[in-house]
Amino acid sequence: MPDRQPAIWVVAEQMPGRLAPVSLEILGQAGRLASEAGGREVAALLLGHGVGAFAEELLAFGADKVHLVEDPRLELYQNDTYGAVLSKLILRERPDVVLFGASAVGEELAPTVAARLDTGLGAHCTNLGMRPDGTLTMGVLGFGGRVHTEMFCPSMRPQMASVKPGMFQPPPRSETGGKIVREDGAVLLSDVEIRLRTVKVVREEPEGMPLEQAEVVVAGGWGVGGKENWRILTELARELSGAVGCTRPALDEGWTAGEHTMIGTSGKTVRPKVYIGVGISGSPHHTVGIKDAGVIISVNSDPRAPVFECSDYRVVADFRKILSPLLAEIRRAKGPIS
Amino acid sequence: MNIVVLVKPVPDPACYDRIEIDPATGVLERQGMPAVLNPADRHALEAALALSERFGGRVTMVSMAPDSAAETLMEGLAMGADEACILSDRIFAGSDSLATSRVLAAGIRKIGAFDLVLAGNESADGGTAHVPSQVGELLGVSHLANVTRLEVGADGRVEARTRIENGYIEVEGALPMVVGVKREINTPRYTSLMGVLAAQSKPVRVWGACDLGIDAACVGMEGSGMRPGRLTRPEYGRKGERIEGSPEEVSRRVVAILRAQGILG
Repeated sequence: MPDRQPAIWVVAEQMPGRLAPVSLEILGQAGRLASEAGGREVAALLLGHGVGAFAEELLAFGADKVHLVEDPRLELYQNDTYGAVLSKLILRERPDVVLFGASAVGEELAPTVAARLDTGLGAHCTNLGMRPDGTLTMGVLGFGGRVHTEMFCPSMRPQMASVKPGMFQPPPRSETGGKIVREDGAVLLSDVEIRLRTVKVVREEPEGMPLEQAEVVVAGGWGVGGKENWRILTELARELSGAVGCTRPALDEGWTAGEHTMIGTSGKTVRPKVYIGVGISGSPHHTVGIKDAGVIISVNSDPRAPVFECSDYRVVADFRKILSPLLAEIRRAKGPIS
Repeated sequence: MNIVVLVKPVPDPACYDRIEIDPATGVLERQGMPAVLNPADRHALEAALALSERFGGRVTMVSMAPDSAAETLMEGLAMGADEACILSDRIFAGSDSLATSRVLAAGIRKIGAFDLVLAGNESADGGTAHVPSQVGELLGVSHLANVTRLEVGADGRVEARTRIENGYIEVEGALPMVVGVKREINTPRYTSLMGVLAAQSKPVRVWGACDLGIDAACVGMEGSGMRPGRLTRPEYGRKGERIEGSPEEVSRRVVAILRAQGILG
């Protein structure tokens, strides 16, 4: 790798026991941008305590270099410590581009670092590009997904972006080698005023098939009308070995399995082979999360529902009249239960 | 306890599926869309009002917005905020999140001593979720985003819960602090008729760049790192074939589609 060209950095995020999936997704994008720019170094930053194995993993997934900062005070994320360490490393090494995953942690950490460095930051980017002059283009959505624009940061450096999780596939393992640079955590933290203390991090993996992995997603919106009606969506998803998703209004009504099933701008991005939307009007808040689905089938009684604009198949009907016969037909198609 | 609540008037999110872009000029067409208080900001206001009921002190709304925002901010005054400050200047136009935070931080400093700054975690229109963290950095105080639970003690100790994917983080800290709240933190109160009447006589100040001592080079387009490109409507490129017939016919067709995708074996 030529090291004269300014590098592209990826801020990796660790979850208990593994790297956050979005970290690999942005690592893949960094690799793509690096080659589009004619070959740049891709470096990952990893902060934590006892996370050396993840540094190896970042190398295996394409990083040329990993800056590894370990210290007991970095075991649990907290913006005072993480913000200070990242800002110092960026000022020292002067990368040209810094990418964050727009996870809950990245969503807080990225603007913290951007403010410290006095530079621009693209938020929740859904696509990234590199112009021949080295300008990073950052595709972002506004107004709940209704409007798209490509932001760029012409004069300030580094160019920073947070990238919405689930937008990109993780890169393949490449095992091309690379080096781990061990930074001295104690030195980097020596003059940092630590005002916040993370007491604990609690993650509860939800039951059932994760939406992101399901081949079929059956999603319901406000038009489903109630918890009783919701049951048939669950039944349909189960019959198809799929998962149930929802819109924000359905979540707010309390009909759903919880926030982890919400699809859209403030929820998940899904790419199932088939998505079946039921009683969903199609606000951009939701449809942005399904744009990469294989086939989109929408059932809505309103022929003018905006959801039909982004559907492959439109079923203009009351879902209550459709889903029972559909379940029966699916069961018939699957044949007798042995 | 003196609390500042950062608020933003936004076009009503219920109308976003009507937004169009003029293909010739690339300008957003959003006429006839009423401005409302950004939904998450109402939760920040509720949190502030609940704290001020316990501890006393003033609740001041601060908004970077045109003068006309006064009408939208009335809702917050009717909920119970004591006053509103509108930071309004033509040179603020085109500010990115950091330049906006610079204006807001200047407004907060001008108000004077504060214990807590609350904000909706993100706006419904731009939705960067940058402002709470960046205002915290610029003011040089602790900050937390994605907050779903907030306990403040009489001694100024803060215990908070911030939301992460499939879980939460418990954090401890101390005032002064800037906190971005998620909507699940509380249920905002309704405005009462008494509240609406009382709002009419509450002060609404308007401060420009000179009042705030802001250098034009630090705000607006000139002071912003980020530039927007051309606005477009995302295209999904779906063919939208209508499936017609009886429920049974529709069902057979859907099963055929599922089969074609390899779902039913």
